Amino acid sequence: MSSFSARHRLWLLALLIGSAALLALGLAIGSTGWSPMQNDGDPVMRQILWDIRAPRSLGAWLAGALLALAGAVAQGLFRNPLADPYLLGCSAGASLGVAALLFMMGFSPAATALALRIGMTGAAFAGAVGAVLLTLLLARGVEQSLRLLLAGVVVGVVLGSGSALLTLMNPDILRAMQAFMLGSTGFVGWSAVSIMAVCLGACLLVGLGCSRSLDALSLGEATAASLGVRLALVRLALIGTLALATGAAVAQCGLIAFVGLVAPHLVRSWGPVTHQSLLLLSPLAGGMLLLSADIAARWVIAPQELPVGIITALLGGSYLLWLMHRRGSGLGGAR
Amino acid sequence: MKKTLVAAALLLTAVLAQAAPISLKDDRGSTITLPDVPKRIVSLLPSLTETVCELGECARLVGTDRFSNHPASARALPKLGGLDDTSIEALVALKPDVVLVSLSSRLMDRLEALGIKVVALEPKNLTDVQRVLGKIALLLGKPDDARRIWNRIDGAITQTATQLPPAARSLSVYYEVDSAPYAAGASSFIGEILARLGGRNIVPAELGPFPKLNPEFVVRADPQVIMVGQRSAPGLPQRPGWSGIRAVKTQKVCVWVPAESDVLVRPGPRMAEAAALMARCLREAAAGPVALPTAVFNAPPGGMR
Repeated sequence: MSSFSARHRLWLLALLIGSAALLALGLAIGSTGWSPMQNDGDPVMRQILWDIRAPRSLGAWLAGALLALAGAVAQGLFRNPLADPYLLGCSAGASLGVAALLFMMGFSPAATALALRIGMTGAAFAGAVGAVLLTLLLARGVEQSLRLLLAGVVVGVVLGSGSALLTLMNPDILRAMQAFMLGSTGFVGWSAVSIMAVCLGACLLVGLGCSRSLDALSLGEATAASLGVRLALVRLALIGTLALATGAAVAQCGLIAFVGLVAPHLVRSWGPVTHQSLLLLSPLAGGMLLLSADIAARWVIAPQELPVGIITALLGGSYLLWLMHRRGSGLGGAR
Repeated sequence: MKKTLVAAALLLTAVLAQAAPISLKDDRGSTITLPDVPKRIVSLLPSLTETVCELGECARLVGTDRFSNHPASARALPKLGGLDDTSIEALVALKPDVVLVSLSSRLMDRLEALGIKVVALEPKNLTDVQRVLGKIALLLGKPDDARRIWNRIDGAITQTATQLPPAARSLSVYYEVDSAPYAAGASSFIGEILARLGGRNIVPAELGPFPKLNPEFVVRADPQVIMVGQRSAPGLPQRPGWSGIRAVKTQKVCVWVPAESDVLVRPGPRMAEAAALMARCLREAAAGPVALPTAVFNAPPGGMR
């Protein structure tokens, strides 16, 4: 724990307290705006609190954490500040998965039965992971970062147009697709929360295990190799983490923009960090970011809902701009 | 000689009646003038196709969009593409006298540049349906039929409503148009029909026709009846917290099979049928649990509109 300084411990504490406070706020805000629950024993109210608001708030936090972790891993692995969780085609793959599923529903009785068995989350997860595998295949392995990035772009564009084509062919699925593309936490239940929690735990373990290698990698690939980092293995493990974290979040909550890109930058803006701290603090920051966006999405025009992706884009975008123009920021000029 | 004159006069009046120019203002606000009743019509919106056929002029249709599947004779016509990917070449090759499109169609400028007359009509609520019916009747040169048909639709809805037993007339209803969840609010045409049947929509008019709701809102409103298309129905009872809703608990969820969905989601001349479907649901729900459709969901793409 030598690289985890007192300052970082303080940040960790602050983020944990902030997350807890937001979770409490999330329990108090619902379809009528600010409506904290009195303990009057009304079964409907209790159900709303424990079956809807609690898993939804926790789920939003977990999805944000997963995306932020994936973003931090991607930025470290590709040594690129613009890298985000959707870099290797995850988002396009997931939306193609969902579009194909929705298209299959009603195509024929057998296809409908199959689609119902797979489910939206299954299709999105399979699509996201499948897209990463396809990217790895096209890049012929993990050796070259540039090849991986380019293959990711190609996969993203091609699969993206595939889902656009399916949507165009069947406008009935348009609304459902749009809701998926903009992200939604409305139907997150306890099962989704437990899946995301397990994924976050696993990804965090792998990520932290590779954090030293990521530190070494930030000095360049040759240096890292000379320091004894087994590049191929680390890359494979981290890409696996990236795919799992992104796939899990996207499957449950749809394509949520910007959290994965912004959260690691947020953490870095607070001062120099090692990858160990970054991989620990980013998920907390990302969780807070998405949870606050979700709360805003429920609150602003209650009882209607804004797509949460729109709020994350607004929040994250304006924060990134502010960081960029702040005097002395590392993001502004020379890095 | 006299006979020939009379015949000539008759012929002349017939020709004059035939050739009376038709002029109407469409929903864009532009005035379209046709030299005569159009003989070749292309319709690119299912509800407009149904309206033309309802007026008895199905034979004038030469092509439609891919989703116009009613009445049966419309199914055999050339399909020119979806709502946003119409094949302009195929359309032009049909040499239509007029093309009926929705207001959101991107085709209008392109078609007009090619010298094709375009009438843009957008039915959104019951009043619009009546207005669109009137415009198309005007276009087809039979304005009186519009009034007759509208009176029939309107009367049928009223009759359906009066035939409902009192227990079925004040149920609270949540109508889901899509699983995001998007609801049909009181200001949508679905909501308007529902209101005439005495159903209490849980989504008030001020939220707009098809608002995206916080799912918690539905749980809190606790509707007695839920109406939903078969596409969105699977998994509805399993949504977090939804098992406690009265409609789910007492199995009063009406699931529309695709053919019924087509009737319900198109603001066209089949509104009376839509009212009858909703009335059937309310009547069954008032009597006890509503049976789910037995057939597996199977629908060609594109029922909407």
